[in-house]
Amino acid sequence: MALMPTVTIPEEEFTYPGSTGCPGCGANLVMRYMLKALGERTIISIPACCWAVMPGYWPVGCLRVPLLYTAFEATGAAISGLRAALDIKGVEDVTVVGFAGDGGTVDIGLQALSGAAERRTDAIYMMYDNEAYMNTGIQRSGSTPWGAWTTTTPIGTTHGFKHEFKKDIMTIMQAHGIPYAATVSVAHPEDFIKKIRKAKDIQGFRFVHALSPCPPGWRMNPAETIEVAKLAVDTHIFPLYEIDQGKIHVTRKGKGVPVIEYLKLQGRFSHLTEAEVDSIQTAVDARYKMLLEKEASGT
Amino acid sequence: MRTVMTGNYASAYGAKLAKVEVIAAYPITPQTSIVEKLAEFVSTGELRAKFIPVESEHSAMAACIAAETAGARTYTATSSHGLTLMHEVLMWASGARLPIVMTNVSRAMAPPWSVWVDHMDSIAQRDTGWLQFFCESNQEVLDTIIMAYKVCESSGVMLPAMVIEDAFILSHTSEPVSVPEQELVDSFLPAYAPEYKIEVGKPMGFGSLVKPDQYMEFRYKAMLGMKEARDRFLSVEQEFKHIFGREYGGLLEHYRCDDAEVVLACAGSVASTAKDVVDSLRARGIRVGLARIRAFRPFPHQEFRALGAKVDGIAVLDRSYTFGAAGAMFTEVKASAYSGQNRPIIKNYIAGLGGRDITPKIIEKVFEDIQIVTKRREEPDVEWVDVAGLPRRWR
Repeated sequence: MALMPTVTIPEEEFTYPGSTGCPGCGANLVMRYMLKALGERTIISIPACCWAVMPGYWPVGCLRVPLLYTAFEATGAAISGLRAALDIKGVEDVTVVGFAGDGGTVDIGLQALSGAAERRTDAIYMMYDNEAYMNTGIQRSGSTPWGAWTTTTPIGTTHGFKHEFKKDIMTIMQAHGIPYAATVSVAHPEDFIKKIRKAKDIQGFRFVHALSPCPPGWRMNPAETIEVAKLAVDTHIFPLYEIDQGKIHVTRKGKGVPVIEYLKLQGRFSHLTEAEVDSIQTAVDARYKMLLEKEASGT
Repeated sequence: MRTVMTGNYASAYGAKLAKVEVIAAYPITPQTSIVEKLAEFVSTGELRAKFIPVESEHSAMAACIAAETAGARTYTATSSHGLTLMHEVLMWASGARLPIVMTNVSRAMAPPWSVWVDHMDSIAQRDTGWLQFFCESNQEVLDTIIMAYKVCESSGVMLPAMVIEDAFILSHTSEPVSVPEQELVDSFLPAYAPEYKIEVGKPMGFGSLVKPDQYMEFRYKAMLGMKEARDRFLSVEQEFKHIFGREYGGLLEHYRCDDAEVVLACAGSVASTAKDVVDSLRARGIRVGLARIRAFRPFPHQEFRALGAKVDGIAVLDRSYTFGAAGAMFTEVKASAYSGQNRPIIKNYIAGLGGRDITPKIIEKVFEDIQIVTKRREEPDVEWVDVAGLPRRWR
């Protein structure tokens, strides 16, 4: 008898149709998979970002969980306030989530994030990383990778593309000594959901970094969101791993596909020369090697 | 219990008696002893609350906003640069219709650095949608915090309030203060029970995006809330008086104004100095009075309109300055008092910035000056008081 396929993704949906996200938006899937893992007893706080607009205009919304909008830089503080109020009111068994973009996390929101982590706030912080200020129209952030075009790193005659490296937010969060941090991909929903479920059961501050392909911002085909997300993992540009009680565990050891396969699907990298692509390959290989070494050494 | 305490401890006791449930605060001179005392109350179990030691004032207010949205009574305290760092989220608190109460220990803004009193920090928050109460004494600080929760949490109001203590003059000066019995406070101020709060099972969005055809109605309703706050404050103060035996004169305290020819309008601790001066001038037969601005928001427009109809001159003493215009209180007083038939002469005096003393002698000279200006019936300029290099001598 042939092996029967089993459904591993929870069927229940906590996002209604009607999100105003763009076609092929990775952030739609990040929210969808996250809520499938967390369920209804969840309260989310969202700062200024794409998802501040995506639930829709008042009085409608596309989420089945309550949502507190907050100021751009305030997510870490908002989840601290929510948790404190639930605790003093004796409301138990609620997952408090901060759900912010990369700019709201690694740039303007870094201080409040650091404070919340340092205070061991009992919450999950989800950063959906589309690698620029996409809601405002593709401006570079501290999370934009080296080599990318954005509207504030235009390809001119004097400078061209972003010449600074992406902030390593996972290492920053690891340095806070939090109990759990993980990277997740919309191309690997089973791994995604498994990690969120694991995070849900841990007390304290938990951080999740989701790579969120953005077709308009990455200048890519909206039909290729999953393909691009998958290649990010397979090229080791965005390795899937978790940091569990300080110990790194790489959850998917990709094949090591050349980075050009990932870069060539995105117009934001189309200006890069062969030598520049090679330098990205070298940097990606070095970082991945370091990750595996950290995993092996148990740090 | 009657005891001796600083203005900062009066704030802390006020918050404790109001049984605040979440406190989020960040230290700044000269606010620190408020949150130190509250941290102590929480750690000893005298106050059942969560204390969030946030990493900035911006986060202090953002955390209070979130906790208040989840139905907890919240409190914070700050000063000067801390308050101005909060500016964005102060707007958020009022726009979200959250009755948060905060103490601001009013202090000058840098540069140059100054830790001493003036009202620039508070006045700069004029348009944030917060109720603003200036206090004259430590007792008034404690009582106003308790009253502020009751006013703000009224269903028709639902706006936040700032209780303002002058840096050092109140914050670090000890005065006798009556600390009311907890049971009496409980009978006056019931537990916070908002109509809406964020909770699981109720998938609502708090602070969603609205279109231009919806936004103005939200602002209009907040305006109605502030309007309601005016009447509510007056009735709450009467209730307070009934239970605790103290009152402070509504939004505008009138001190010996009845047959006054000229009055001084001011806010904060300088009013107690001014009352002494009024008494001594009255003893010499000079008909002067004091109009103490307790509420800057909602502003006592009606009270000033009535006062303007009775007096010949008003000296408005501002402890801050709005560059390119005049003192903010002066602008408001003039707008109110000029709307009637009798238009008194109104002159603006800028004094006491960055903690400079406003002495009885200076106030006496202000009264002399306003009498002269009033007799001449001329439109006076804004005058900076006691500034080096200016012709008039004030000391």
